[in-house]
Amino acid sequence: MTTETATAAATATATASGTSKMTTRNVDVFYGEKQAIDGVSIDIDMENVTAFIGPSGCGKSTFLRTMNRMNDTIPTCRVTGEITLDGEDIYAPSMDVVQLRARVGMVFQKPNPFPKSIYDNIAYGPRIHGLASGKAELDQIVEKSLQRAGLWSEVKDRLHESGTALSGGQQQRLCIARAIAVDPEVILMDEPCSALDPIATAKIEELIHELRGKYAIVIVTHNMQQAARVSQRTAFFHLGNMVEYGDTSEMFTNPQEERTRDYITGRYG
Amino acid sequence: MTGPAILLLLLGLGLISWIFGRAKANRFITSGSKNLNSLPNYHGWYTALWAIVPALIFVAIWSSISPALVTDMVLSDPAASQLSSDSFKRGAILSEARDIANNPGQKAFNPEATALAPLYVSAQSHYDIIGTLAVVLLCFAGAAFAFIRIRPDFRARKRVEQLVMIVLLMASLIAILATVGIVASLIFESARFFGMISPIDFFFGTEWNPKNTSVAGDGEDFGAVPLFWGTIFIGAIIAMAVAIPFGLMSAVYLTQYAKPKVRKWMKPILEILAGVPTVVYGYFAALTVAPALRDFAAWIGISNATSESALAAGVVMGVMIIPFVSSMADDSIAAVPSSMRDGSLAMGATKSETIKKVLIPAALPGVVGGILLAVSRAIGETMIVVMAAGLAANLTANPFASVTTVTTQIVQLLTGDSDFNSPKVLAAFALGLTLFVVTLLLNLVALHIVKKYREAYE
Repeated sequence: MTTETATAAATATATASGTSKMTTRNVDVFYGEKQAIDGVSIDIDMENVTAFIGPSGCGKSTFLRTMNRMNDTIPTCRVTGEITLDGEDIYAPSMDVVQLRARVGMVFQKPNPFPKSIYDNIAYGPRIHGLASGKAELDQIVEKSLQRAGLWSEVKDRLHESGTALSGGQQQRLCIARAIAVDPEVILMDEPCSALDPIATAKIEELIHELRGKYAIVIVTHNMQQAARVSQRTAFFHLGNMVEYGDTSEMFTNPQEERTRDYITGRYG
Repeated sequence: MTGPAILLLLLGLGLISWIFGRAKANRFITSGSKNLNSLPNYHGWYTALWAIVPALIFVAIWSSISPALVTDMVLSDPAASQLSSDSFKRGAILSEARDIANNPGQKAFNPEATALAPLYVSAQSHYDIIGTLAVVLLCFAGAAFAFIRIRPDFRARKRVEQLVMIVLLMASLIAILATVGIVASLIFESARFFGMISPIDFFFGTEWNPKNTSVAGDGEDFGAVPLFWGTIFIGAIIAMAVAIPFGLMSAVYLTQYAKPKVRKWMKPILEILAGVPTVVYGYFAALTVAPALRDFAAWIGISNATSESALAAGVVMGVMIIPFVSSMADDSIAAVPSSMRDGSLAMGATKSETIKKVLIPAALPGVVGGILLAVSRAIGETMIVVMAAGLAANLTANPFASVTTVTTQIVQLLTGDSDFNSPKVLAAFALGLTLFVVTLLLNLVALHIVKKYREAYE
């Protein structure tokens, strides 16, 4: 373990409070022989939005995907270390990955609504998990999810049109609504605005503000201004290591590590 | 001169003109003239192509018109004036005389032919000389034309490029022209058939009973509905009932479940299955599947089961089509963006829920297109049904009964002695045309669906 990661781990542990929703300890990720993540330890809490920043290829998305085991879909990917959700090891053999993903939802870089109606997109999760006992209840879940995602007023008259016919920003909010519909505890967002224009981005950021506190939110972004705007906690990744983790305001005004300072001042990345 | 000799001569002349053209271009370099536009080789090729191509075109045209010229010359001779006026007989004598002229040792069946043979010999040599002379002249004229145009600033390179383009265009037109010719002959012969048999009787009649006679309306029936039904029953219903589920499931397994290692050897095997000659499937159907099905039918209490059944042919055809459906479905499922799959898995859906509710619906247009292409292949398939489905034109929905298909009947109508004026033979063309139109439409619709769907994700 390098000195940086040791510091990082220490920092993370030091700031961990009693309300940690998810914790990771010494997580390594390998793609075949290649190591993509080296010894990351971090605590995610309920009250704050946590941002992962860092240059392209630093492993921040890879790390995010270990948190709901989406990397299981990549055959060569191997994870070691410990990741827990409410104290429960999510890589334990007894963990039901289907249940895990219902509790830890995910929003992707590119909006990926299913080629179904808006209604069916939202109803997809509740239906497969049997969350609604009847049509009325399902309608209610769909409406509530769309309202929470700030999309209800825009689509309420065309719920049965295709989800792919919406604009890019609306599609992304639809995907957030879809994730909310199964009532997760944690929402992972993998660069949710990188395919969107500034106005749509502003709407998503506003939405993240509103969702804060209801869900533990982790957002990966390569946009430092965005991290500064939406998050309270920030982790900086570089070359597979987590270099620094702390309060966002502290991180941007007074970074502890030189690499963080160089990245934030635009020296590289 | 014979054809090969002329071709050799042309090649020789082409080589000579290549050398001369190149030499002339080379002289410009050695005599100090700068800025030769193209390399000497191009000048050589330019000259050679001008020498060969026009002459070759002439040879092609000449070989198609010279026999008529020869025959005309023979007929204009006084010795041929007393030939029979019946065009059929006269044609027979003339063609025999031509055979004798070409193979002197042959014995004549018809004495008149022996008399005409020397006339043929002289007429042929007459036109042979004219033709050869014309070819050589054309060759020299072409070469000379090109040779004169060779100058330092002549753009031989560009001209050669154009000529190459024209040659390639011709090559690609041949396949298209052949298709057009086939379609034209289908249409022409079908028109003759429909002159004898009303299209309404053909397309809507339910009795199929062609007889070997040239007299129309002699108790024959050309109602093709049992054939169409048999084709649809075997190719579009039974075969698809086998091919669609198995093809789809194997595609889902290969794209979603199979480990890369398994996929690596399973997919080629499936593709090899698609390359088995259909006649092999045919005797598998006729010798193995059909008797087994007949015994099975007898066992479950169907008394009139025959050893030729729609089910045997359809099932084997379905097996034959599985790799086809599987590979089309494989392509469409693989074309669904992985973000769809990830989106569904991230919602906590299992693999099979994801496949059932997201991947298959998203891939459906491509899958449907593939199925339509498979249907169009199945209804045009011949060997299996000829061997296993039987010849009885039954209009039945009993899969254990013998039915017949369009392709089987075409084979049946055209084998044996054929009189190209009888409706029996011409019916084959009408059936062929119908099959052609249907498969063409199926292919067009299928390709349209597949293309439209591909655009949606690109």
